[in-house]
Amino acid sequence: MAQISIQALDIQLGGNAIISQLNLEVREGEFLVLLGPSGCGKSTLLHSIAGLIDVSDGSIAIGGKDVTWADPKDRGIGMVFQSYALYPTMTVEQNMAFGPRISGVPKTEIAKRVARAAGMLHLTELLQRKPANLSGGQRQRVAIGRALVREAAVFLFDEPLSNLDAKLRAELRRELKELHADLGATMVYVTHDQVEAMTLASRIAVMRGGAIQQIDTPAAVYSQPANMYVAGFLGSPSMNFVEGHLQCQDGRTRFVADALTLDVSGYAFVHSPAEGQRVVLGVRPEDIAVSLTPHSDATHNDGLPAQVRLVEPMGPNQVLWLKVQGLDIGVTCDAKLQASKGGTVVAHIHTPHVSLFDAASQNRL
Amino acid sequence: MTMATTPSKRRPAKAWTPARIGTYAFLLSAAAFFLMPLYVMLVTSFKTMDEVRESSIFALPLLPTVEPWVVAWSSACTGLECKGLQVGFWNSVQIVLPSVFFSILLGAINGYALAFWRSRFANLLFGVLMIGVFVPYQVIMYPLVRLLSSVGLFGSLPAIVVIHSIFGMPVMTLLFRNYYTGIPQELFKAARIDGGGFWRIFWELMLPMSTPILIVATIMQVTGIWNDYLLGLIFGGTQFSPMTVQLNNIVNSTFGERAYNVNMAATILTSAVPLFIYLVSGRWFVRGIASGAVKG
Repeated sequence: MAQISIQALDIQLGGNAIISQLNLEVREGEFLVLLGPSGCGKSTLLHSIAGLIDVSDGSIAIGGKDVTWADPKDRGIGMVFQSYALYPTMTVEQNMAFGPRISGVPKTEIAKRVARAAGMLHLTELLQRKPANLSGGQRQRVAIGRALVREAAVFLFDEPLSNLDAKLRAELRRELKELHADLGATMVYVTHDQVEAMTLASRIAVMRGGAIQQIDTPAAVYSQPANMYVAGFLGSPSMNFVEGHLQCQDGRTRFVADALTLDVSGYAFVHSPAEGQRVVLGVRPEDIAVSLTPHSDATHNDGLPAQVRLVEPMGPNQVLWLKVQGLDIGVTCDAKLQASKGGTVVAHIHTPHVSLFDAASQNRL
Repeated sequence: MTMATTPSKRRPAKAWTPARIGTYAFLLSAAAFFLMPLYVMLVTSFKTMDEVRESSIFALPLLPTVEPWVVAWSSACTGLECKGLQVGFWNSVQIVLPSVFFSILLGAINGYALAFWRSRFANLLFGVLMIGVFVPYQVIMYPLVRLLSSVGLFGSLPAIVVIHSIFGMPVMTLLFRNYYTGIPQELFKAARIDGGGFWRIFWELMLPMSTPILIVATIMQVTGIWNDYLLGLIFGGTQFSPMTVQLNNIVNSTFGERAYNVNMAATILTSAVPLFIYLVSGRWFVRGIASGAVKG
């Protein structure tokens, strides 16, 4: 077990700055997920932690030891790749034993470690097979097993589940979470899949353009996004944005737009609001209650008449795409609600859960 | 109940359309055209000299004899000696085996280094090596002769092996580099994390994965080096002239009547090794050409 400390990291590939001045602290035993779209530098960051990419500037320390220029094998890491990267000419057992054999671990110890990892990952029956004779899920298990037998302090995962089908992905996701609980090792996990990030992470670091936008627990990143980019990236359907301005009157603060007015006096402003400030209101689809008739209570606004443009049934719930006075809004609601295309409903915004962003800087207010 | 339609077990035979007949006619005539010289060589090699003189070159031998083959192999005169082609055959074997081994080993190591261990000057080095593919080697023959004689290797077996290994290196490097760039980088990175160094990854991981390209490289080098004439003539000296050089001596240095039957038998014997390799491994050979290494 070890913490990772990255300071003022610069990485250039082919003359382009991929990452500049990045700082990151991964705590001991933490499951940190690096989340972002392709090309945001998350894999580059992971590979630099592994020592597979040379850094231009800054430092990386694992377990308190500076490893900025250390060889990959001397960093005490195990890594799992998206394409599994199993050695095709070796059996499952040889694949797992390769690392410890090179580092001179005694044979009996290797056998013990392989047997234990195989047991944990349900691979005992497959030990004598070649990778070509394994299914995708089995191959990824072997790749995880190969990282495990290294008995590393830090495990790095580079989109390990992206090549699997949906059902296997969910299954292996659960196994990974259990594995983390059992081992208690530090894990850094790169993905572009927000479901993986939300379910696995102790903390999520949302990345964009080589910089970390926000790093926090999954719940905090989801409910209090630091800026509009994070807000829009997490959640499906994504957050609804409404442009407007703030109105401060009689000690109350209101959000005013063409389509709606919302009392946001209860909002936890980080910076005190200014009269007339241009802002963007963000509302999650599940924070809008839909009913067929208007009703009102303390935490919802008065209700906006809306027209149903499209209905997407999802099984337990459904997504309604509404038109509210020229605004397109997505709403998640119970599947039992009888809504049909072209009909009208009333939308109530759950005021305590809204987010407000500055229109110019796009940062959370 | 209705009758179930039973699917026919066999694929229906194709009809003989004019297009099909045309295709076959063209292919057969092309094959006949290219096989004709071989046919002439074969029938001539089984004739006596009297028959060679009197009959048509296409006629089958009336009194087939293996005498020309025996003469070509064991007693034809190659200059002053009259021991036949067998001396040249064993010379060629001695030249081909180490040359093929070293040129492939060098090419594989170079290709592996260029594909995975991106050193700063990798592209420059590769470019320089590739110039070697395009420079006609006749141009650098004289400097090479001077170089080898200055280190006292000229006209020996090591000389010809070294020369073949060097001349084979650019194409072998290209072949292996192209093969190794097709292998995912992640595999190499995984091996690096597992602690593999340059040689261990090469011997334990990459080389065992290289079987197809090793076969292709072997075919190319065996046929190429076996068929070589110029390098063998210049660097082999008198002691290690390969079979091709001996063949030339047999064919071009006869006095009086030309023994066409012996010449034909000797030529077939000399080309038997590459011919055999082509026939056995045509599939692999085509793959080698397709993988980006074209050698004349």
